[in-house]
Amino acid sequence: MSMTVARPGEVRHNYLNAGDTVLSWLLTTDHKRIAILYLVSVTFFFMVGGLLAALIRLELLTPQGDLMTSENYNRVFTMHGVVMIFLFLIPAIPAVLGNFLVPLMVGARDLAFPRLNLASWYLYMAGGLIATWAMVRGGVDTGWTFYPPYSSSYSTSQVTLTIIGAFIIGFSSIATGINFIVTVHKMRAPGLTWFRLPLFIWAHYATSVIIVLGTPVVAITLLLVVVERVFRLGIFDPALGGDPILFQHLFWFYSHPAVYIMILPAMGVISEVVACFSRKRVFGYHFVAFSSIAIAVIGFLVWGHHMFTTGQSVYAGMAFSLLSFLVAVPSAVKVFNWTATMYKGTIDLRAPMLYVMGFLGLFVIGGLTGLFLASLATDIHLQDTYFVVAHFHYIMVGGTIFGYLAGLHFWWPKMTGRMYPEGIAKLAALIIFAGFNLTFLPQFVLGFLGMPRRYHWYPEEWQMLHVMSSAGAALLGLGYILPMFYLLWSLRNGALAGPNPWGATGLEWKTDSPPITHNFEETPIVTEEPYAYDNHHQHEEVASGTGTGTTETRDSV
Amino acid sequence: MRGVPLIPETASTFAQQYDLLFWFLTAVTVFFTVLIFALVLYFAYKYRRGSSASRAGAKDTDLRLEIGWSLIPLTVGLVVFVWSAKMYADVYGPPPENALEIFVIGKQWMWHVQHPNGIRENNELHVPAGRPVKLTMISQDVIHSFFVPAFRIKRDVLPGRYNTVWFTPTKPGKYHLFCAEYCGTQHSRMIGWVYVLEPAEYEKWLASGGEARPGAVASGAGTMAGVSTASLVEAGKQLYTQLRCNACHGTADGQRGPTHYGLFGKKVKLRDGTVVVADEQYIRESILRPLAKVVDGYEPIMPSYEGLLNEERTLQLVAYIKSLKKPSQVAEVKP
Repeated sequence: MSMTVARPGEVRHNYLNAGDTVLSWLLTTDHKRIAILYLVSVTFFFMVGGLLAALIRLELLTPQGDLMTSENYNRVFTMHGVVMIFLFLIPAIPAVLGNFLVPLMVGARDLAFPRLNLASWYLYMAGGLIATWAMVRGGVDTGWTFYPPYSSSYSTSQVTLTIIGAFIIGFSSIATGINFIVTVHKMRAPGLTWFRLPLFIWAHYATSVIIVLGTPVVAITLLLVVVERVFRLGIFDPALGGDPILFQHLFWFYSHPAVYIMILPAMGVISEVVACFSRKRVFGYHFVAFSSIAIAVIGFLVWGHHMFTTGQSVYAGMAFSLLSFLVAVPSAVKVFNWTATMYKGTIDLRAPMLYVMGFLGLFVIGGLTGLFLASLATDIHLQDTYFVVAHFHYIMVGGTIFGYLAGLHFWWPKMTGRMYPEGIAKLAALIIFAGFNLTFLPQFVLGFLGMPRRYHWYPEEWQMLHVMSSAGAALLGLGYILPMFYLLWSLRNGALAGPNPWGATGLEWKTDSPPITHNFEETPIVTEEPYAYDNHHQHEEVASGTGTGTTETRDSV
Repeated sequence: MRGVPLIPETASTFAQQYDLLFWFLTAVTVFFTVLIFALVLYFAYKYRRGSSASRAGAKDTDLRLEIGWSLIPLTVGLVVFVWSAKMYADVYGPPPENALEIFVIGKQWMWHVQHPNGIRENNELHVPAGRPVKLTMISQDVIHSFFVPAFRIKRDVLPGRYNTVWFTPTKPGKYHLFCAEYCGTQHSRMIGWVYVLEPAEYEKWLASGGEARPGAVASGAGTMAGVSTASLVEAGKQLYTQLRCNACHGTADGQRGPTHYGLFGKKVKLRDGTVVVADEQYIRESILRPLAKVVDGYEPIMPSYEGLLNEERTLQLVAYIKSLKKPSQVAEVKP
């Protein structure tokens, strides 16, 4: 790894060509290779979850449950939730982009515990395969929330196996979280003070804290369901002397913060991309950084807003409602700050920037519709209806997936050394945005009308809205398929990217694309603020088609 | 689009208050969504790369501005919180004095309704317009949720514990009743209808023992309204005698058990010194799990009736025990 200057025609060493055997991938401890392993795996599970979503939307084209039996429909929506949440949304950004970028952004050679990082992927795959095996053996029909006593005493589906899968996946999250926390504390490059960290790092740091504190709780809670189910030990089932509401408290203590595990990393991506394509510092860096921490802290105190209709004390409901309104403030601050970042910027409407703009629009709708559910009285009618379904899809899909796609496109040149094709990428972004809104806007109306979620049959008068939603889902599906093709295509045919095709700041752009195995030739020394776009040389013409980027000289650090 | 409903019917007093808050929140949502969309698109156009718009004075931080736009969502949030919390405390709080009390049992996958006078309905609920109705609900198996969109009310129906909700129907008609908490295979078939009747028609319906269906069309959703031989309290009394509850619980506190006369609503001191109010939940628990709360001065000797009584019969017993007034109270009532 001693070479410093590229000679034309010579293939440089990088983490991708550092080994080409299967074992060199399966036994790698390089965070970048592990990120690629995760990229392939989460994409696989995203396709599984997407296929299940397609079945749901096909079934709901008609009011009668005529495509499949109710038994199967219940299994399909449950597994859609389990796969999408545990196997895609939670790991997607941290395990793919976070794994790849956290060491690069802090100027480190790897994460603090590289072998633990590899172990986390194996845990993820083990859990994912057990969950898949449970699906093959008939699936699970409890809803992804596993509410007892249905899950512990009544369901005849593969509850135990699925929970064991989810339990194991939890440990992969915890391993990743610990790795990020230690890396950010201990392995920052000289001169990289906390307030010189990219906001992507702040967001992943906050996420990791939530993961490490919250995941053990849900892991134990799910295990208790298994204990009750298998050993008939009364914990949650009143018939055995248990309390079903206790489960909901424990479950949401993790599962509400889990939403922030999904959305905070996406917010980190948005900060990086909006700054780069506006050629400006992120407006109010400190506010944005601390709002991540505020969300992580307050997010742990709002779980009871999932339980306003359960009969919990009115006063407990009030406390949870008030805290839920408070947690909305830091999220709103971020949206205003990103918008202000664009003000008087020099905006380049590349595909990642289109995803950022889409994110802002969808996240605002998702966030504001959350107020209807944080508010005690309005939640009574909307709880457990399609309004909730639409709301959390705006946050999780509109937020997390738009953030993920923004990040994947933005750092694709860094990860692969190749540019994605810009035109079709922009088209895909527009299709996804249109398809998403057509799918989920009608669901707000359905929810207000009173359509309960997890319904196989529904009253005829609501068919038109469901048809619109299903049509949107088809468009959305098309939008998702496009990147899979053109990103694969770009691996061979994309223009060479060069170290810094976007003219972006940040340490990850100061090394090769793809980076060498040890990331940097020598440890970088940081002397400036993050997002120093004002001082930075003006945006050079992107390497699209020319490949000249490879010869750009590295910034001296 | 014709034929596509966009707003639900409004058929209770709560629904009227509800819609005001709902539309306020909708206005807030639309306003901020349009604002952010418009700014993002406007900036993306005006400050696009290559445009000549002035970038002079661009800032990357402004504390006053940021505090300002932290306070805006905070203020909106607090206003909605107070407005909403009052309505919530009301609808889940105690019902008005004159409320009609009806009992609901949820089970996989049907709604069973018991009226005080003994009328029983499945997957249907008949209520009069203009009078508050209090529902006391319990599940026989998993968690269900009683949801009438036209009333904007929903309350989870839990196993092992009574939950209540009240509403005042305003508009005669036929409205959807759904189970809103996923409860297993036939969850989406655990549905029914709520019929709101004019008071006079409701009286007729009551008098006919639930047979008459004025202004209502049979839904065919497995309904079988019918009268039991006795009212809820009478059925409870039969059961009380049959189970020989009165062997230990007499008209006054006895050696083996305290009296049930005048028990309901009273404060009861337990062996461990705590004091509880004898509500439906307490009475139910004391029947099914007598040792959980033993009254001060008594030995824990009562046998458990768990597994011997289903929720329907437990409800009858609870209704009967509720109806037992102190002998003096009875005397006062009698002319």
